[in-house]
Amino acid sequence: MFVLDTIIHRLKRGCETMAYPNGPAPALPDRHGGSLRVEAAKCVDGCMACVAVCPTEAIARPIFAKGADGATRRSAVLDLGRCIFCAECVAACPTQAIVQTRDHRMAVSRREDLLLGAKEQEELRLAGALGDELRRLLGRSLRLRQVSAGGCGACEADINVLGTIGWDLSRFGIQYVASPRHADGLLITGPVTKAMELALRKTWEAVPEPKIVIAVGACAISGGPFVGHAEHNGGAAAVVPVDLFIPGCPPHPLTILDGLLRLLGRLEGKPAGNAPAGKR
Amino acid sequence: MNSTTSFVQLANATSLPWAEVPAWPVAEFVRVTAAALERGGRLCAWFGVPEPMATVGPSKAEGPAISLVAIVASDAENILAVGRSAPFSGKYPALTPLNHQAHLFEREVWEQHGVEPEGHPWLKPVRRTAGTAPAVGEFFRVDGGEIHEVAVGPVHAGVIEPGHFRFQCAGEEVIHLEIALGYQHRGVETAMAGGPHRATLSQMETVAGDSTIAHTTAYATVLETLAGGEAPLRAQWLRAIALELERLASHTGDLGALAGDVAFLPTSAACGKIRGDFLNLSALLCGNRFGRSLVRPGGCGHDLEPARAQQLLSRLETHLADIEQAATWLWDAASVRARFENVGTVFASQATEIGLVGPAARASGLVRDVRYDHPAGWHRFAQAPVAVWSGGDVLARARVRWLEIQRSGQFIREQLASPPDGAVREDLLPAAPETLAVALVEGWRGEVCHVALTDAAGRFRRYKIVDPSFHNWTGLALALRGQAISDFPICNKSFNLSYCGFDL
Repeated sequence: MFVLDTIIHRLKRGCETMAYPNGPAPALPDRHGGSLRVEAAKCVDGCMACVAVCPTEAIARPIFAKGADGATRRSAVLDLGRCIFCAECVAACPTQAIVQTRDHRMAVSRREDLLLGAKEQEELRLAGALGDELRRLLGRSLRLRQVSAGGCGACEADINVLGTIGWDLSRFGIQYVASPRHADGLLITGPVTKAMELALRKTWEAVPEPKIVIAVGACAISGGPFVGHAEHNGGAAAVVPVDLFIPGCPPHPLTILDGLLRLLGRLEGKPAGNAPAGKR
Repeated sequence: MNSTTSFVQLANATSLPWAEVPAWPVAEFVRVTAAALERGGRLCAWFGVPEPMATVGPSKAEGPAISLVAIVASDAENILAVGRSAPFSGKYPALTPLNHQAHLFEREVWEQHGVEPEGHPWLKPVRRTAGTAPAVGEFFRVDGGEIHEVAVGPVHAGVIEPGHFRFQCAGEEVIHLEIALGYQHRGVETAMAGGPHRATLSQMETVAGDSTIAHTTAYATVLETLAGGEAPLRAQWLRAIALELERLASHTGDLGALAGDVAFLPTSAACGKIRGDFLNLSALLCGNRFGRSLVRPGGCGHDLEPARAQQLLSRLETHLADIEQAATWLWDAASVRARFENVGTVFASQATEIGLVGPAARASGLVRDVRYDHPAGWHRFAQAPVAVWSGGDVLARARVRWLEIQRSGQFIREQLASPPDGAVREDLLPAAPETLAVALVEGWRGEVCHVALTDAAGRFRRYKIVDPSFHNWTGLALALRGQAISDFPICNKSFNLSYCGFDL
């Protein structure tokens, strides 16, 4: 065998990189469900069905507002940063106040943009691009140092998968690098365990300015399935400033890629992928 | 106090009342356990159960009391055995000098409960949780003018979990490697006390995120056993299929990573994509590429209806053909074989001594596989041949993975051809009180062991998880002895162990 065979085999396979974002996005699995939409106005007074089934206590029903009749109402608020997308609440809700949108796009710039439920805030508020100066510096070449700080390996796996031939992250000028000195920012997974806190802080300090931080997955945003445990910091934002939050457990590779491209302003003028028609 | 001389036997995925677990004074218990291991037993789990202070009496001053529990597998007889010590506190004679399988287990018990195994050769924490980082502390050191030390981690060069490796080298040659973990510790076991809680199932799904099906199957089996029943057959069938899909994805990823480490890019590139294809088959079952929301106590969260099964089979055939081609390129390349052969060898005697499990053990010629040795669930009715390769080197570990890819593919084909009827989920009855239940599952890394002990109310009094990585990290350290330090990456990838599964 040999080198020639290898080359011929390879040529036969052709280009295996997907057309997205210039073409259609790969379809999400039919049971995936995508992002969530919460319309608290549909909540029945006194109903706690969703609150009781949520494993990560992502849903609360605080006193929300006084209605026209002067009575206080309790409306559901769902924190997509804690959500692990098990969809137990979707199944439990008697009034379809919580529904799946099948939209893969979920990255936001501010933590509070992940809170769903209130009027005009039924869906998350997607992140915009970086400011002009950062975009000029990083828009065509972004080097990221990944730090796993208590992640289960799934977020890491789907970050890794973006580097494979199917996704080919490097065609966007985005690359994972070994040294923080070579990086423009950090890609953090895991709730930031106490044991990793120092290492994460040192890695962040070693990245030259200007730098960005991206938190990937429910753990890195809130602690995820381990929310409330004393052994971790409840997410990356407790240790370093975060510029982009990408929810999921783990986020689908398409969701992560959307977040990265969104941040760099590389999706402007592109089709919205598999977002439901009418919302593109 | 029970005066029998041997452990009580139970099969995988069964339970027995805590009162029927024979107990010995701790020194005697250590001897009985050593004798059981000496007869060819394998230590699946060794852990402490906190005891109420009242049962201890005068030794109260020495700290909180615990009972030690040992689960020993006799693979040849297809049986497990369990025994325990009487409650004690303070010190006890260590088991490790008598059998090295206990090495990390005894350090863990010491760290968790404060009882000191006297005579343990290297007593230090396994995942220090408070204060300084795990790698801050004493390491085994080799002295001499030619010796230098290399420290790697916790943050590594690639997209990979954190851990710390400390090499003692003479030039390029590694004389000793010590691995310090604990960076991923999220408090999984502590949180189980008094459970199951609302978050418990999600935590079981993320003990090791690439082994979700293995860990959730073990967890669900424990709960079903405690309830005195089992999941519907159709759910057991579906779990068995999902377990092999998990194996296919991970083994494919590993072959690609090994190819990448020896700069053989065709297989590396192809496997990266094919791994994703297999993950997407898991997503076809449940919507999630890592099998989240599939296994549920009492059954499965989703069914595999005929049209979906047909789609699964046809996509599986495509991906199996792809991986066959990518693997053929790998095995045909002399440059790859030259890099894999005689690198990172773990001899069968060493593997037995430290209690290796999974593909790493089978690559050292040991015939051990939970699906075959301790069949539970669907594996009582359907098995894949155990994939064994002798040699113990990187090549052998890669070869075992390739054999398992082929056999997992064939297993799924066979199962899809004969689906059992019925529901996929049933309501779970309450757990029996004061009962011990054990479940072993052969995950893609090896034996996943879950042990639950319930209190008087049927809640978890103690829940012990042993990820296969807990057995196997020592194997990686041994594989490095006498190797060039530049071979660490391929040795590491050939084991591909879990940090979070170890750290819990």
